[in-house]
Amino acid sequence: MNDQERILKFHIFRYNPQKKGDKPRMVTYEVTEAPGMTIFIALNEIREQQDPSIQFDFVCRAGICGSCAMVVNGSPTLACRTLTSKYESGEIKLLPLPGFELIGDLSVNTGKFMRAMSERVESWIHDQYADEVNFDKLEERMDPEVADQIYELERCVECGCCVSACATKRMRPDFLSAVGFMRLARFALDPRDKRTNEEFYEIMGDDDGVFGCMTLLGCEDYCPKDLPHQTQIAYLRRKMAFVR
Amino acid sequence: MKVIYTDSLVIGGGLAGLRVAIASRQRGFDTIVLSLIPAKRSHSAAAQGGMQASLGACIKGEGDDEDVHFADTVKGSDWGCDQDVARMFVNTSPKAIRQLSAWGVPWSRVRGGDREVVINGEKVTITEKQDAQGLITARDFGGTKKWRTCFTSDGTGHTMLYAMDNKAIQMGIPVHERKEAIALIHEGGLCYGAVVRDLITGELAAYVAKATTIATGGYGRLYAVTTNAIISEGIGNAIALETGIAALGNMEAVQFHPTAIVPVGILTTEGCRGDGGLLLDKDGYRFMPDYEPDKKELASRDVVSRRMTEHMRKGKGVSSRYGDHLWLDITLLGRKHIEKNLREVKEICEYFLGIDPVKEYIPVRPTQHYSMGGIRTNATGESPTLKGLFSAGEAACWDMHGFNRLGGNSVAETVVAGMIVGEFVSDYCAANSLNVSTATIEHFINQEKKKITDLLMRNQGENPFELKAEMQKIMMDKVGIFRNGQDLEKAVEELKVLNQRAREIALRNRISSSNPELVEAIRVPKMIKLAQCVAYGALLRTESRGAHAREDYPERNDRDWLKRTLTTWKDEGSDLPEVKYEDLDVMKMEMPPGSRGYGVDNTIHHPDTKKRISQIETIKEANPGADRYELQELLNPTMIPEKFKGRNERIGRGFK
Ligand SMILES: Cc1cc2nc3c(=O)[nH]c(=O)nc-3n(C[C@H](O)[C@H](O)[C@H](O)COP(=O)(O)OP(=O)(O)OC[C@H]3O[C@@H](n4cnc5c(N)ncnc54)[C@H](O)[C@@H]3O)c2cc1C
Ligand code: SF4
Ligand code: SF4
Ligand code: FES
Repeated sequence: MNDQERILKFHIFRYNPQKKGDKPRMVTYEVTEAPGMTIFIALNEIREQQDPSIQFDFVCRAGICGSCAMVVNGSPTLACRTLTSKYESGEIKLLPLPGFELIGDLSVNTGKFMRAMSERVESWIHDQYADEVNFDKLEERMDPEVADQIYELERCVECGCCVSACATKRMRPDFLSAVGFMRLARFALDPRDKRTNEEFYEIMGDDDGVFGCMTLLGCEDYCPKDLPHQTQIAYLRRKMAFVR
Repeated sequence: MKVIYTDSLVIGGGLAGLRVAIASRQRGFDTIVLSLIPAKRSHSAAAQGGMQASLGACIKGEGDDEDVHFADTVKGSDWGCDQDVARMFVNTSPKAIRQLSAWGVPWSRVRGGDREVVINGEKVTITEKQDAQGLITARDFGGTKKWRTCFTSDGTGHTMLYAMDNKAIQMGIPVHERKEAIALIHEGGLCYGAVVRDLITGELAAYVAKATTIATGGYGRLYAVTTNAIISEGIGNAIALETGIAALGNMEAVQFHPTAIVPVGILTTEGCRGDGGLLLDKDGYRFMPDYEPDKKELASRDVVSRRMTEHMRKGKGVSSRYGDHLWLDITLLGRKHIEKNLREVKEICEYFLGIDPVKEYIPVRPTQHYSMGGIRTNATGESPTLKGLFSAGEAACWDMHGFNRLGGNSVAETVVAGMIVGEFVSDYCAANSLNVSTATIEHFINQEKKKITDLLMRNQGENPFELKAEMQKIMMDKVGIFRNGQDLEKAVEELKVLNQRAREIALRNRISSSNPELVEAIRVPKMIKLAQCVAYGALLRTESRGAHAREDYPERNDRDWLKRTLTTWKDEGSDLPEVKYEDLDVMKMEMPPGSRGYGVDNTIHHPDTKKRISQIETIKEANPGADRYELQELLNPTMIPEKFKGRNERIGRGFK
């Protein structure tokens, strides 16, 4: 572990829309780096010792819950698992994730976006019998490989990094985005979901859906869970191309 | 005054809360879920290990059933649990997991044929049955006789929570995010909902309901270092306590896990030690064999945690700016093994410590992990003293965990309690009409408004962040893994002082809308009260049971302490809670107190234990033809809702 102490400079976007007359600005804070310091630790130190009004969102602080995505020196990422030691210059610039409603400072409303996304893609098993399953009996069997593959696509934590890194989303506000595609791919793969290709087409078969994607793959580059966006978008496209 | 009406108000959008809301909606009631954060980010998502249900499909689970699961759970609890509730739980858990499967959880499945596993440090080959192919499989976990912990790779909680929230979205259940319940509305022994603060606008609103369920998770953040999420602050428990009517149960029952990384307290799996990793002190010395010559690093969780603490108190810890710690050394396992079998540990080390565990030691220390205590409820999930108030999940002391919960039993509890308590919540909604005056609602809103105004007006006073840090330090140092009368007395006294000081909090950022300092100022006095319940309960309980370990009273004392601690806070002005006890009736136990089969057995027995054992023998002899279901009905009749009474099918065994 590196024990050498240095002074970090955090340049942080500050703006509280709830406060009358407040204006967006960048504010610099100095923090003495500690071994193993993450942006989570540093931001809390700033809040506790320098400015108690600063807003940001952390929940699990373990890279699991997807709450803390922000733009760190130009790249959208999970702040809680980002070590300050990664930045050699000691200068760290923090901006809120673009593409989402700003709550204040580094806090954005990803929750609202993700709920709407889930409603739009109908992010649940479509099976009229799912609620009538007799749970006293043996469960329906599933190919172990298929179960593992579904899990691989379900590892998305709804952090929003892919959305903020997407050029198409910037031009088309209603673009479904990679997180939505990933969710659709997950359900399309699931034999328990009885939706037909036509039904999936209804959800994503237009320019706000999978045909609007320019495959520039900002999503794949910045997804902190390394989800296979490229292959899944290609898979959905092929699937949709057969419909009409 | 903003008032929102519903039938079933659920505070908490984790697994437990969402499942109660789903049950309410299924029965046709209007329901609203409140959450500090988007529901899918609740701490339930962090559970990785798995969920216990006795499906018995994998070969190492063969022979498992509700009875075996029941026995493990009761022993795990050190006989502190409510056996009626443990019974309801084990019988319902297989149904819960099968329902979740239909709702979309991609449970890992049995692969028929040979596979290689590591048992007891050695590679062995086991052969899964071909006819179990594709059924839900399970892994091994501490304190269980069979492999019973069902999982989805290393993301069980995540997939469970996503399936549950997706189901809630499908049913159109509204989740009001970024809302914090800060007080309960009640009158004449009946609960009518909560006063809720919007964390963005700061607006206060009353959510008025027939039934109110608190499912706010654990209170791990009373401690400076915990594996819990930073929102696991126990506010749901505190607002119940502040009614002066609802009681908290067994608050002193707090579980510690031996190996969380320093400083952030993220869990590294027990598998590190299971696979041969060692614990070293500041001199690089392997100390565990000195304390536990037999089991060494692989003694039970509570034992290892206690030994590590003991060693650090002797000055053998590695000092760091984040306090003392020890080393976990897995370098001896080699790169291949770590990258294949401990991938997740490796990632955690890389991201959070910037180290490569293949070459470097991991800084670890025992860390707060789970809250067995919580809002005391009946088996129906309802507070016995405050009608219309229900609780489920980690926030509740429904009491299937007693003084120690088994790994994998917690996410299982959240879902099972959600199902069962959800039915009783619905029954309550069906049987009662809403009868609360506007004046009462206004009274509670105004009371909270005044507190906030006072905070915003005060010019000078205490810093909430500092108070919280002091509280967390007291809990760490004096109410930790090892407890003793002297330290606990000091903790109780010091917390009293903090409680006083917390009445004088002043803010630097004096605005009422989104303001993290105000959030802290509202929460910290509540958290200090909870800390007082934990510390005071621990001081009074002069025995050791499960996770509650008193150096000065090392024996489990069934004779004097086979009882549940009940804490209330009647007078807002007092600086200590009131503590009472509720006896556990040995004569009603399906499984009378005995030895856990691990740890030291130094029990002082209860006079009824022998009586009950012979009574059970007599009942068994009088009913020679009774099968296990009939026997259980004779020994421990439960009040499981009709829906969940069916027997559970198992491969190769049918419904027997
Ligand atoms: C690292 C870790 C690993 C774990 N692994 C396992 C495992 O493998 N197996 C297992 O069985 N258990 C495990 N557990 C335990 C288990 O995950 C938890 O006990 C369980 O998920 C708690 O669920 P819950 O629904 O009760 O609460 P939570 O999931 O914690 O949800 C609490 C909810 O309440 C809301 N809330 C809180 N306060 C308020 C308020 N005042 N107003 C409004 N809303 C509020 C929050 O926003 C949140 O939605 C683990 C725990 C940890 C910390
Ligand atoms: S490939 Fe490009 S356009 Fe398509 S979703 Fe990803 S980032 Fe957006
Ligand atoms: S797909 Fe990846 S980047 Fe996008 S929300 Fe999910 S985890 Fe985040
Ligand atoms: S706080 Fe949960 S991912 Fe960062």
